[in-house]
Amino acid sequence: MWNLIKPRPGNLRLWQLAVLVAVFGLWHLLTKPGLIPPLLFENDRQAAFFFGEPLVIFARIWAWFVTNADIYQHLWVTLVETVLAFAIGTLLGLVLGLWLALSPLAAAIADPYIKALNSMPRVILAPIFAVWFGLGIASKVALGVTLVFFIVFFNVYQGVKEVSPVVLANARMLGASPRQLLRHVYLPSATSWVFSSLHTSVGLAFVGAVVGEYLGSSRGVGYLILQAEGAFDINTVMAGILVLTAFALVLDAAVGRVERRLMKWQPSSGETEKL
Amino acid sequence: MKTPDTSPTSDALALDAVSCTFVDRNDPSRRYTAVRDVTLSVGAGEFVSVVGPTGCGKSTLLNVAAGLLEPSSGTVQVFGRPLAGINARAGYMFQSDSLMPWRTALSNVMAGLEFRGVADARARAQEWLRRVGLGGFGDRYPHQLSGGMRKRTSLAQTLALDPDIILMDEPFSALDIQTRQLMENEVLALWAGDDDKRRAAPSLSATPSGGASAASGGRQGRKAVLFITHDLDEAIAMSDRVVVLSAGPASRPIGEFIVDLERPRDVAEVRVSPRFIELHQAIWAVLRDEVLKGYQQQLAA
Repeated sequence: MWNLIKPRPGNLRLWQLAVLVAVFGLWHLLTKPGLIPPLLFENDRQAAFFFGEPLVIFARIWAWFVTNADIYQHLWVTLVETVLAFAIGTLLGLVLGLWLALSPLAAAIADPYIKALNSMPRVILAPIFAVWFGLGIASKVALGVTLVFFIVFFNVYQGVKEVSPVVLANARMLGASPRQLLRHVYLPSATSWVFSSLHTSVGLAFVGAVVGEYLGSSRGVGYLILQAEGAFDINTVMAGILVLTAFALVLDAAVGRVERRLMKWQPSSGETEKL
Repeated sequence: MKTPDTSPTSDALALDAVSCTFVDRNDPSRRYTAVRDVTLSVGAGEFVSVVGPTGCGKSTLLNVAAGLLEPSSGTVQVFGRPLAGINARAGYMFQSDSLMPWRTALSNVMAGLEFRGVADARARAQEWLRRVGLGGFGDRYPHQLSGGMRKRTSLAQTLALDPDIILMDEPFSALDIQTRQLMENEVLALWAGDDDKRRAAPSLSATPSGGASAASGGRQGRKAVLFITHDLDEAIAMSDRVVVLSAGPASRPIGEFIVDLERPRDVAEVRVSPRFIELHQAIWAVLRDEVLKGYQQQLAA
């Protein structure tokens, strides 16, 4: 009997689901008022106050997605902020990374400033951006850009510096002009490095968007959480966190698919596919 | 498009008293002279091998001939004209992987034609891939090809431009012995232009560097080849002339041997002919001392 249900590659999903059910089950047990005697708190409603009740959370999520269907506009806003932050941050990182990698003098001059800007915890810029760009999506995008930019920049910089000199010499011998070298050798080499950091960049763009919303906004899932916190509505806060987590997973999966398609010219780690 | 120089006395490549000294950027007092006073020429359609001990500056000479490196002194002439910048009439086959990993095999072979704005690049590239035996592998990426296949793709990439000079830097040293011999025969067949015995006849349309594509025999149609190797067998089997370079630093040619073996040659079979063995002994007598000298220096360093 145990042999049938014990964990193995076939029923992995089942076990993962079981863990999830167990966690929510325990959560429910510990927080539903009146179900078990209060262990850590004075009365039996405080646990629910501090941690929220799973059933209420699910009800809130259901209301968001089905009954009231009012979360979609907020999800859309957060998504737009993420995508814009990613796109602008990547573009800036690509351009600057290429420029500085190909121009050693410019790189030497800019080096300490890049280091300084990178070391600063950029999340604290969020309130400043809110002052500069207002409470709309611009300030959230700006924050996301500052997070994404440095990842992409360093990757591109490294990628261009590490272009194989043999490949470069070969392209020159084949007759590539400096512009053709940039377009056909440096750029593909750099973008491959960008794609390898795709997961991190998208993740950071998402963080920038949500944190920006949380620190001052009028729309977006971060805003919903902010509103709920103001009213001490812990159930809505938890619901918001769950929705964000699920959203991040979906985003990650989508990025993974794009990455696999764009990176198919790279050998999988440790192995080359022989014919 | 330049018309090819047809005067028989004009060498394809002429290095005259070329010296190359490398200076350490951080410490200008440290200088290393790779080659000194090298005078070397390759006639049009001639296959010349350069052999020498490791570290004797063979690759340096090749880079000078390619225009990738400027000599400290001396001149380089290509078909009678001084060389400035990259040698546009030469193709270069590198020792290590030089294919662009983000392009498919076909796309790689097309690359040179693309850069030079040739009209039907794709069709030509496909034809060359077919000629090196990789007709069905155009859509593979380099990491999906074996070492020998990558070398053949590089060969197609170089030859697709129909260069008048081919520079090869130990192109087959990274291959196993069997693949190496196959590749050597392939190169000889493509160089001599008699691959029509095995495949369809080559097209005779005009090519980027001005000459007709590999003619069906005859020295005028052949390309000049400068072939670097440390494998003496390979050098003698493939070339018309073998030049021996002394051990570094400041190496220079110390021997030149004409290889009068008949063509077409099979690289594996020609090795046991009596004339081959004679040549081998003669050249090795000169090379052996240099190899020993080279090792002594490396041990002492």
